[in-house]
Amino acid sequence: MLTILFDGIAYGMVLFVLACGLSVTLGLMNFVNLAHGAFAMAGGYTTAILMNRYGWSFIATLPMAFFVPALVGLLLERTLYRRLYGASHLDQVLFSIGLVFMAVAATDYFMGSQPQLIQIPEWLRGRVDIFGVQVGLYRSFIIAVCGVLVIALQLVLTQTRFGSRLRAAVDDPRVARGLGIPVEFVFAVTFAVGSGIAGLGGALGAEILGLDPTFPFKFMIYFLIVVTVGGTSSLIGPFLAALLLGIADVGGKYFVPELGAFVIYTVMIVVLVFRPKGLFARG
Amino acid sequence: MSAPALETRGLMKRFGGIVATNDVSFRLAQGERHALIGPNGAGKTTFVNLLTGVHAPSAGQIFLEGQEITNLSAERRVKRGLVRTFQINQLFGAMTPLETLGVAVSEVGGSGADWWRVAGSKARVLDDIAEIAARFGLADVLEARTATLPYGKQRLLEIAVAFACRPRVLLLDEPAAGVPEAERQELLATVCALPRDVSILLIEHDMDLVFSFAEKISVLVDGALLTQGTVAEISRDPRVRAVYLGESADG
Amino acid sequence: MAKFADSVADRAAASLLKRGRWRPAEILFWLVAFGAVYALPGHHLILNEIAIIGLFAVSLDLILGFAGIASLGHAAFFGVGAYAAGLLAIHVTADPVLGLVFATLLMAVVGYVSSFLVLRGADLTRLMVTLGVALVFGEIANKNGWLTGGADGLQGIFMAPVFGVFEFDLFGRTAFAYSLVVTFLLFVVARRIVASPFGLSLLAIRDNPLRARAIGIPVNARLSAIYAIAAAYAGAAGALLAQSAQFVSIDVLAFHRSADVLLMLVIGGTGYLYGGIVGAIVFKVLQEVISDWTPQYWTFWVGALLVVLVLVGRDRVGARVSQLWARLGRGTR
Repeated sequence: MLTILFDGIAYGMVLFVLACGLSVTLGLMNFVNLAHGAFAMAGGYTTAILMNRYGWSFIATLPMAFFVPALVGLLLERTLYRRLYGASHLDQVLFSIGLVFMAVAATDYFMGSQPQLIQIPEWLRGRVDIFGVQVGLYRSFIIAVCGVLVIALQLVLTQTRFGSRLRAAVDDPRVARGLGIPVEFVFAVTFAVGSGIAGLGGALGAEILGLDPTFPFKFMIYFLIVVTVGGTSSLIGPFLAALLLGIADVGGKYFVPELGAFVIYTVMIVVLVFRPKGLFARG
Repeated sequence: MSAPALETRGLMKRFGGIVATNDVSFRLAQGERHALIGPNGAGKTTFVNLLTGVHAPSAGQIFLEGQEITNLSAERRVKRGLVRTFQINQLFGAMTPLETLGVAVSEVGGSGADWWRVAGSKARVLDDIAEIAARFGLADVLEARTATLPYGKQRLLEIAVAFACRPRVLLLDEPAAGVPEAERQELLATVCALPRDVSILLIEHDMDLVFSFAEKISVLVDGALLTQGTVAEISRDPRVRAVYLGESADG
Repeated sequence: MAKFADSVADRAAASLLKRGRWRPAEILFWLVAFGAVYALPGHHLILNEIAIIGLFAVSLDLILGFAGIASLGHAAFFGVGAYAAGLLAIHVTADPVLGLVFATLLMAVVGYVSSFLVLRGADLTRLMVTLGVALVFGEIANKNGWLTGGADGLQGIFMAPVFGVFEFDLFGRTAFAYSLVVTFLLFVVARRIVASPFGLSLLAIRDNPLRARAIGIPVNARLSAIYAIAAAYAGAAGALLAQSAQFVSIDVLAFHRSADVLLMLVIGGTGYLYGGIVGAIVFKVLQEVISDWTPQYWTFWVGALLVVLVLVGRDRVGARVSQLWARLGRGTR
């Protein structure tokens, strides 16, 4: 029972790390990027390739799982995404779906459609017994890493100059520019970091979520649920939403497998209809 | 004596702790030309939104020709004859004035939901469109895309659409706002020539327009009615002067 | 003065009625389409598919192009319509026309009910809710294998001849003729709808919902109505697919169905009804060509096409197509 709760929390943490970049681009930059999952997939494949072909250790690949998607994100942002900041949501959706299609097909072409295996290191395998609760070591590791990330992100967004610049740039790009804030630069960095974190999530979560070319589609809806249910006014909302979703999904699959994902989709619709600003939004 | 065209009793609107409309009891007589003035932030927009059903009042009642409309939806109020124009043009950019007026005329005539006949097949609707187009000087541009019309024409269309709904009471929200001097005269003449069976409440900043058009003036300050009177009374009223002088000293 | 008003009214009538008039190019188009029943015997299977997804795309155009409702889950109605027709054929009657009518009406009801979920929010909320609704239906179909066959698909559909006369053949000729007639008839109705006062009021809502409300248009009721109509059309398209394939795959409810139909509409251009059909033709032909050339990676080029279309500006592409269309018909819009 508690093991399921624990697994659910770990799962939720991973979902949050995967989705938090989306919550920033959607919530702050008002860009619907359905291709967010493709960056996560890029991170996962970076780790898989480095480990399986070049024999890197798991931990050593993690920074690369951040930097590679971040770099790809930066490139795409500079060349393509930024042209669509002012476009309608429908255009953004179409554009990013197009990107997902391309990413899925390209991954399939180069890597094959089979799931990628990521061997987690020896010292993270197995379970330990803590006060009678079976706790997976790897899941504890995930919770720790993701927890640190969450706190760091929240601090960056609320306490640093970069965070306040980002918020200013989002509120009113014209005024922000007038104040000497390099809006373009801020957006580009934010986008890149968001993509990088997603990539990191993809690498960390590969063991839990699985990793194959359809990843961006399979989990797109999960990211969207996290962001829409959590609301976009802060990172706390999406964080709580991700935890809830993780616990509900793991618990649901364990206790009532016949319902499948039905419940979480329904919950998403209900929240969207009655609390379009998200479950945790004020007012 | 007939009921006033439009009446509010003790109308209140609070947003959180802010009182945007404070106990406004207001009467617009049948056929009257009435102007509502007040400095920026006096609550004119909120008042209009309450009248037209955008916001629900926190307290108070609204009557249109003696019938309570406080709880009617925005659309029902329009059907009853309370129609507004917007300070910033709210038009259908991709449609032509012809289509725009057609939609409004069909809607008020009860045939707006007809889906089985091609628009343009009802003579009554067409006659109404032609008449309104002539009244508002739009006959020559009926088939142009609205978004491409000169601003003055768009402004006329803005009023024409509202007029096409056969209003009993017309709320004109700064009808001349932003219209270049060259096109202004046509607009003012058109507004002044609106038929007498339509009662008009003009929300305006421009005192020239107010004084040349209105018979009565109400002054709204901080959400409450400061005073009401004829043009002559209001222009002499020291409190009104203070409000406006105070405002111009600020700005 | 009266004379003047009369002439304005006449001009207005002429201008409005033009929206409903058949242009030569349109007549030609449908003649060619019906001619294909006889002229292109080797291609009836793909032509049948084009007629079906063309109808599906027209249905999306009704809400997106004419009423401004963006949907990421239009496949919900297509898919459920397909299951409805398939199940009816298995359990109740093998008559195709009855099945078609049943699926269409059922989807009108489902569309009407779900419109209340969809119409509440802004664009983004709508996209998400439509997506969510489609996912829910997909999950229901997936988890209720006893009814739908689950991931294996719904098998064992047998269709009786259309009107008891025209038997479905292996080469898809009857199927194509049947789908084409249905698509044509529904298209004629859609054409009427968009040229009607109701259709004009939808355009008004699309352009400016605030003002539409301020001139007394009951915005939500109108949107619910067109959403139900579009759902019915999508359901009809799904029913045609189920009946002509005599099989319903779970894939009818898949996300890529909703994305594909959006793409078709974007290719052909929104807001003039033929966009959906043009898009369906281009889409299917491209799919054939590219799949021949790089079998699995059709998705990649679909994606690339979407990206390019959006970056170039789909309005511009769409406007180009509809202008061309207008010029062909010597009409102006």
